[in-house]
Amino acid sequence: MIKLEHVSKEFETRGKKKIDAVNDVSLTINSGEIFGIIGFSGAGKSTLVRCINLLEHPTKGKVFLNDVELTAASAKELRQERRSIGMIFQQFNLLAQKTCIDNITFPLIISGVPKKEAIERAKELLELVDLSDKAKAYPEQLSGGQKQRVAIARALATYPEVLLCDEATSALDPITTRSILALLKKINEELRVTIVVITHEMRVVEQICDRVAVMSDGFIKEVGTVKDIFLNPKSDTARKLILPERNRIEKGKRTDILRLAFDGQSSYEPIISELTLESGACVNILGANTEDIGGKAYGQMLIELPEDKEAVKKIKAFLDKKQIHYEEGGNADVTTD
Amino acid sequence: MSLPIDTLITLLKDGLLESLYMTIVSTIIAYVIGIPLGIIVFVTDTGGILKNKPVNFIFGVIINMIRSVPFLILLVAMLPVTRAIVGTTIGSTATIVPLVAAAAPFVARMVESSLKEVSPGVIEAAKAMGASPIQIITRVLLPEAKPSLTVGFTIAISTILGYSAMAGFVGGGGLGAIAINYGYYRYKTDIMLITVALLIVIVQIFQTVGMFAANKIDKRTNN
Repeated sequence: MIKLEHVSKEFETRGKKKIDAVNDVSLTINSGEIFGIIGFSGAGKSTLVRCINLLEHPTKGKVFLNDVELTAASAKELRQERRSIGMIFQQFNLLAQKTCIDNITFPLIISGVPKKEAIERAKELLELVDLSDKAKAYPEQLSGGQKQRVAIARALATYPEVLLCDEATSALDPITTRSILALLKKINEELRVTIVVITHEMRVVEQICDRVAVMSDGFIKEVGTVKDIFLNPKSDTARKLILPERNRIEKGKRTDILRLAFDGQSSYEPIISELTLESGACVNILGANTEDIGGKAYGQMLIELPEDKEAVKKIKAFLDKKQIHYEEGGNADVTTD
Repeated sequence: MSLPIDTLITLLKDGLLESLYMTIVSTIIAYVIGIPLGIIVFVTDTGGILKNKPVNFIFGVIINMIRSVPFLILLVAMLPVTRAIVGTTIGSTATIVPLVAAAAPFVARMVESSLKEVSPGVIEAAKAMGASPIQIITRVLLPEAKPSLTVGFTIAISTILGYSAMAGFVGGGGLGAIAINYGYYRYKTDIMLITVALLIVIVQIFQTVGMFAANKIDKRTNN
C-alpha cells in the first residue's frame, strides 16, 4: 500500500519564481490494484509519481510504503526501500552500453546478488516479457516496444511490490501500447504487483486501471473507479480528458448536446440507427471515440439533438431502455475548476 | 641535408621516443588526476547526484585558473615545483610535471563533458533502482560514457603531444626541442619541417586509432 499525506512539491524556476508542481495531494493506493493518474502535460503527474519513490523529495507531506515512512528514511534505508519499487519510463532509460541481460541483472548486481543467481533471474524475466532470444542484444538493436519490455523486466528483477509507470506507453504506437498494457495487466494479476500508471491518454486508463485520479495544476481533481469517472466525470479536467473534442464544441456555446458513454454494451447493435428510427428525428454525430474490445463497445459519442422536444424525450427514453449512459453536454453543466 | 643522415636519424629517433615518453606518461598521470576531478565537478553540479555548491565552485575555480594560464607561462612558473619534485628542470622527465599540471584540468573538463552526455534518464533509473552514488559513478556514468571518454582521450593525448613540443623552449626534450634547437636557433629549416611532419604523423595515428576504438566500443552504433 502506498499512502501520500498532504504531499506538495515546489520548484524554484530561474527567475526565483516558485511553482507548485504538486499541491497538497493525499492519496491511498491499495496493494494489488492498478491505479491510474491522468492529466494533461504539465499537470504535475510525473512529479507526483517521483514523490512516491522520492526521486523528487516532497517539500511538504509524508509518503508511506506499507508502514515505512519513506520521507523519514535515511539515504541508505531509502535505497533499500527503492528495491521494492520498480519504475519504467517513457524513454525506457536502458543502459545503452549493456546487453539486455546485463540491463536486467543490473539492479540485482548493485544490491549484492551473486552474478550467477542474477543471470538465472534475468533469464526468467526475459521469458516473462517474451524476449528470451534478445538476451545478448544491445538496446539500440531493439524496437521501442522491445526496449520497454526489457525495462519492465529490469524493474521487476528485485521482486518489487510496486511498479511505477511514467508515461510508459506514450512513445509507442497504438498496437505496441496495447501489448505493453496487456503485459502490465498480466504482471499485476500473476505476480500481484501494485501498478501505478501515469498517462495523458484515457484509453490507457480504460484498458487496465481499476481506479484513477484526475490531476490538473498540481491538484487531484477527483479520484474514483474508472467506470465512475468515465460515466460521471465531475471535474472539467476529467471531461476534457474523456473527450477532447468536446472542448471545441463547448466554445461554440452549444446547449443541445448529449454525450453517450459506452462501457461494454454489445458493439453489434446499431444503436444510432435504431435511435433515429425510434425517435423519428435526425441526430448529428459531432464526435466519437469508440473502440470495440472483444465484441463490446467502449468509448463515447457526442450527438447534437434535434430541436423537437418530443423527439428529445423519445431519444432519452430509448437510451434509458438500452441502458446507455448519457449526459447533457453544453455550457449549463460545465463546472469551472 | 644539413646533418649526416645517420646522425639525423638517431637524433629524430631519440626525439620521437622522448616525445612519446613525455606524452604517454603525462597523459596517464593527467587522467589519474583528471578523472576524479571531472567526476567531482560533474556530480556536485546543480542537479548532480551529490549536489554540493561550495565544492563545485572551488574545484571549478581551480580548474579554470590553471586552464587560463598559457602553457608556456605555466611551464616557466612551475620551474621551482619541477625542481622540487624531479630535482632538475631540464630534460623529458622534468617536462612531465608542467605537462601534467596543464593537462589534468583540461582532462577534468573533457571527462566532465563526456559524463554530461550520459542520459539523465538513465541516471534517474539507476537511482530508482536503489543505486548508491558510488555505484552510479562506477557502474552507470563511466561505462555509459566510455565511447565519449575514448574520443576525449584521443583529443587529450594529441593536445598533450603539442604541449610537450612547446616544452622544448625551456629545456624539455623530444621533437619539440629538436625543432626549436635546429630549426629556430640554427636556421635548419629542413630539420624543423621533418619534426613537424613527424608530429603530424603521430597525431594522425592517435586520432585514427582513437576514433576507431571509440566506434568499436560504442554499442549504440550497429557494428
